[in-house]
Amino acid sequence: MLRQVFASTAALLDPPGINPELAARWLEAFLRDEMLGRRGIGRAVIGLSGGVDSAVTAYLCARALGAGNVHAFRLPYRTSSASSLADAQLVADDLGIALSTIEITGAVDGYLQFEPGADARRRGNVMARTRMLVLFDQSAKLDALPVGTGNKTERLLGYFTWHADDTPPVNPLGDLFKTQVWALAEYLGVPAPLIEKAPSADLEANQTDEGDLGITYARADAILAQLLLGYGDDQLVERGFAPADVAVVRRRVESTHWKRHLPTTAMLTNTAINEFYLRPVDF
Amino acid sequence: MRLPTDTAERAPGEAAIVQAKPAKGRYRENLSRAQAMFAELVAGERVPDLIVFPEAALTGYFLEGAVYDLALPAEQFANDLAGAWRAAAGDRPVDLVCGFYENAEGTYYNSAMYLHVAGEHARIAHVHRKMFLATYGVFDEERFLSRGRRLRVFDTRFGIAAMLICEDMWHAIMPTIAAVKGARLLIVPSAAPGRGIEGERELTSVTRWREILHGAAAEHGVYVVYAGLTGFEGGKGMTGSSCIIGPRGNLEVEAPDLGECVVRGPIDPREGDLARASLPLLGDLNAVLPDLLLDDELPLPKAR
Repeated sequence: MLRQVFASTAALLDPPGINPELAARWLEAFLRDEMLGRRGIGRAVIGLSGGVDSAVTAYLCARALGAGNVHAFRLPYRTSSASSLADAQLVADDLGIALSTIEITGAVDGYLQFEPGADARRRGNVMARTRMLVLFDQSAKLDALPVGTGNKTERLLGYFTWHADDTPPVNPLGDLFKTQVWALAEYLGVPAPLIEKAPSADLEANQTDEGDLGITYARADAILAQLLLGYGDDQLVERGFAPADVAVVRRRVESTHWKRHLPTTAMLTNTAINEFYLRPVDF
Repeated sequence: MRLPTDTAERAPGEAAIVQAKPAKGRYRENLSRAQAMFAELVAGERVPDLIVFPEAALTGYFLEGAVYDLALPAEQFANDLAGAWRAAAGDRPVDLVCGFYENAEGTYYNSAMYLHVAGEHARIAHVHRKMFLATYGVFDEERFLSRGRRLRVFDTRFGIAAMLICEDMWHAIMPTIAAVKGARLLIVPSAAPGRGIEGERELTSVTRWREILHGAAAEHGVYVVYAGLTGFEGGKGMTGSSCIIGPRGNLEVEAPDLGECVVRGPIDPREGDLARASLPLLGDLNAVLPDLLLDDELPLPKAR
């Protein structure tokens, strides 16, 4: 009897792959072109949270622009964990980049004292927007550009504060899934504690991303990668994904398209900006 | 069209590909940089016979509505390009190929020009208007541009040539038709935004391009001169990888994916004869083509 060879379907359940060396080389070129080439600004400011995304961003910026041109900021609120601060320090020490700490508690509480009923979501949004306010102001002070740290998974799942985490004008990680960011982090030599710990927005005690989302990043990324290629829910379940996981991902993606766009502007003329008057961002 | 009658008219020569990274929208500045590049090439030991630039090489590729500000009549573009060459090289003759956005009496095309310059004389050998306007995903060409309607071949010092712009080359029928029409040299100005980070040593889109270019060269016994833009445009990185592929599918020279550079290599029409002698696929195709095209199941217009 002839030997039969079957196509493997095991990889269908895996998150998408990455060649981290290739991705790093490409992203470093992007940062140089986009910052130095296009805008003539060779300095970056980064909010260093102690998480893996901002760490990878710092490593890429240091490689692309030189460590002396990267200024990181720790922006803790009084409830931020001490380990986050320590992990951010690990990154700055390893790279030899400047690191400043600016406590945002006074600014955040200065507003929230008038809103004692604000729930965790509102408080988290105020903190995220305050951090971005500081980063933009520091970028003006240092003649630098704020560099964003948002990854593709959180962008697709809407797991970020609109007009906060997504606001920096340059973002190297926005087309990389979280699991790809982890692989890139290992390649770049990001300290192990940042790669191994559970990702967290650190807005509340014991908060984790995967707890908030209700699905692991590995599973979410595998589903997202195929969802973006056009596969329907039935096909994803046929491929072996749990219906509940597929539903979580689909619901989050489809309820957050607005977060991935600029504000909706009423169109009244045939010269409406970005509708009729069309110029690329780098023109 | 005058066809060459013997191999003596198809002279070997050297091609140089300028893997350009234009400043977006700054046509005059990019033209000046092209002139500086010409001066460098002329100052070298061997001056190339053919210099090829990528698609939209003097404006950048992603222009959206600004394409109407920057598109030029072919004659004006020819004058500009010839003027840049003359300023750098005086009366020395050269053939120049460059992609540009063309304004043809208010109809706009993504075009490539083959220009012969010799002293005060400059002759447009051909302007190819891109036929397959990329309009999917990141691409939006047909929103702004009209498509070319004909694939023509034309005579050059290297023999008969054709130009195919970027997606033109992704349709296997295009190099096939060019070869059947007699092309010995395919010139492919391109702007290819890279994607696919799971590749082993390069972006998967670069690998796909390589397969297409090598496949066409080897199948038809033609030289392929591929000129790719490089650098990032609004986050989209152009993959460079400019190359010359010989008519056996052999890589003569290749540029890296990132970074401006000039790559140079030979074009020897006699190589095409030898390649076709050892692998006569084009001759086979010429024999079978009528049967293929007379198939009434093909969605082709019927002759009246």
